[in-house]
Amino acid sequence: MIVAALAFYLFAGVTVGSAVMVIAARNPVHSVLFLILAFINSAGLFVLLGAEFLAMILVVVYVGAVAVLFLFVVMMLDINITALREGFLQYLPTGGMIGLVLFVELVLVVGGWSLEPELAAPKATPTPALTELSNTEALGGVIYTDYVYLFQGAGLVLLVAMIGVIVLTLRVRVGVRKQRIGRQVARRREDAVELKKVASGDGA
Amino acid sequence: MPAVPADLLPVAAEIWLALVGMALLMFGAFRGHRATRLIAGLAVGAFIVAAVLIIGPASRATLALGGLFVVDTFAVFMKTLVLIGAALTLIMSLGYIRREDMERFEFPVLVLFATLGMMMMVSANDLMALYIGLELQSLSLYVIAAFRRDSLRSTEAGLKYFVLGALASGMLLYGCSLVYGFTGTTRFAALAALFAAPGAEPATGVVVGLVFIAAGLAFKVSAVPFHMWTPDVYEGAPTPVTAFFSVAPKIAAVALLLRVMMQPFGGLEAQWQQIVVFISVASMLLGAFAALVQTNIKRLMAYSSIGHIGYALLGLAAGTEAGVRGVLIYMAIYLAMNVGAFGCILAMRRQDRMVEDIDDLAGLSRTHPLMALALGIFMFAMAGIPPLAGFFAKLYVFLAVIEAKLYVLAVIGVLSSVVAAYYYLRIVKIMYFDEAADPFDRPIGRELSLVLAGTGVFTLFFFVYPRPLLSVAQTAAAALFP
Repeated sequence: MIVAALAFYLFAGVTVGSAVMVIAARNPVHSVLFLILAFINSAGLFVLLGAEFLAMILVVVYVGAVAVLFLFVVMMLDINITALREGFLQYLPTGGMIGLVLFVELVLVVGGWSLEPELAAPKATPTPALTELSNTEALGGVIYTDYVYLFQGAGLVLLVAMIGVIVLTLRVRVGVRKQRIGRQVARRREDAVELKKVASGDGA
Repeated sequence: MPAVPADLLPVAAEIWLALVGMALLMFGAFRGHRATRLIAGLAVGAFIVAAVLIIGPASRATLALGGLFVVDTFAVFMKTLVLIGAALTLIMSLGYIRREDMERFEFPVLVLFATLGMMMMVSANDLMALYIGLELQSLSLYVIAAFRRDSLRSTEAGLKYFVLGALASGMLLYGCSLVYGFTGTTRFAALAALFAAPGAEPATGVVVGLVFIAAGLAFKVSAVPFHMWTPDVYEGAPTPVTAFFSVAPKIAAVALLLRVMMQPFGGLEAQWQQIVVFISVASMLLGAFAALVQTNIKRLMAYSSIGHIGYALLGLAAGTEAGVRGVLIYMAIYLAMNVGAFGCILAMRRQDRMVEDIDDLAGLSRTHPLMALALGIFMFAMAGIPPLAGFFAKLYVFLAVIEAKLYVLAVIGVLSSVVAAYYYLRIVKIMYFDEAADPFDRPIGRELSLVLAGTGVFTLFFFVYPRPLLSVAQTAAAALFP
């Protein structure tokens, strides 16, 4: 039990710490790296809760795709970080006030929170207990059988998204030098390099 | 040859369209943009085959794919309308995409996928299936709204539609999650059984979820107060795309709205009726009054379609079988009138450029008498003047509303249709009595003439033999009331 508690405090502490660093770091690339750290530690928290599928998805989707995309954007955009920070003190009072109000509201909500008894037992379809079936197994059991229609439909939605991106952005430009891998590979030394004997003194 | 599993037979049309869509995509990728016309023709052929696959075996309600998908006479009726709308607009767009430098093979493919999404919506029997179909349809529509990517107005239309549509999808999804959270199921049948149980008071969360779902769907049918995107998107999108927007997605979304309100939430009629009454009245009034000051004919058609949705929703507000039948008849006739009117708008070209102002129609009766006659028929029909088809569309809806004793609603409907008649008849007046402007380009194209003739004849002579449509709509409506 003590190990689980220690693990929880480790993951939670690192998550909160790196979340603070996301907004505090001076270099935006460091911010994104801290964001990735925060995601991975939240995944650890999910594992502690027994939601191992959610943990994997968090790592695969958020770390693998979203954060890397952020990293690309941050690296490609020329963001002037000092200009962004200029108004910091000026906005601090208003921002702080809003933050305080949100915090108080959250405390009130969490303080008065209780689950309605009718919610505890969903009415129509009960879910199996975690001890019988792990999340991944439970999902895997239905996604390609009962819900294959939705799975294929989602696939079509992604296909349309891909077509859409290509339709809206791909432009055929003329006069662009493109890499032709076949020609690169087929190139031999004799075609590319020509050795000329130059008599000394003729170089001019 | 392995036997086709019986479970897949009801889904044959959808599977067929998905396969054809992917095949055409590959074909286009190899053949390039020269093949656009051919691909559009093949897509129309695929729609016809799909219609045969739908109408052929249909008799009684069947569930498929683990109960996520339902085929009944209602679905067959609505899918047939959607397919007709998609096929007609694709045929009408052939000339336009050739002239206006839109000749890219993805256009017919995206229209095909959008149509597939609509058919999935119509047949949805589960909140998740509903959402997947809706997204497949919406995503394709966002892209074709922005299809002329070098035109500022088209890209603006696409972006606006995308941002607002994503918001609406979010609301819908939030509503679905609330309903699931408070009931524990997403199946329509299970939801219906839960709410129909006598003496069961629905949880507050379910009602909140229902409101969110209604808001999301109201956005998709562009009913007031979720109509803001409609005029801008209709004006900015390429004209054939606008023609497509104004028929097929509307019909599919109305079908979805009918099914969701009648089947899973049928037991909550007391809760949703006031919402539907409000959006219906607001749509009729805004459609009538905001259109009065429009000068661009595509914007005018946008407000006109908002108004028509208001009238169609009157039938849903009645909540009876006669009301649903009225909606079905309304959508069928709306399809014919709207496709025809957009056919005329597509023929508004002067020196090879599209013109969109209402004043450009001045004196059309002298320069193009046949086109003026056709547009005149559609305008009189939309205004609801007997004996044209549009009159009967309104008649059946109003009859159902009066039977349901919602007299105020009927009075508001009739009054707003009087106001709306002003701007429809103004177009007729401009065409027939104003000084002739420069004539439009000729010829308007064979495909366009055929579509105009077909829809015009249907609109004009519907009253001679209305029985087939009425009886089909009757059986289709009965499917929602088991």
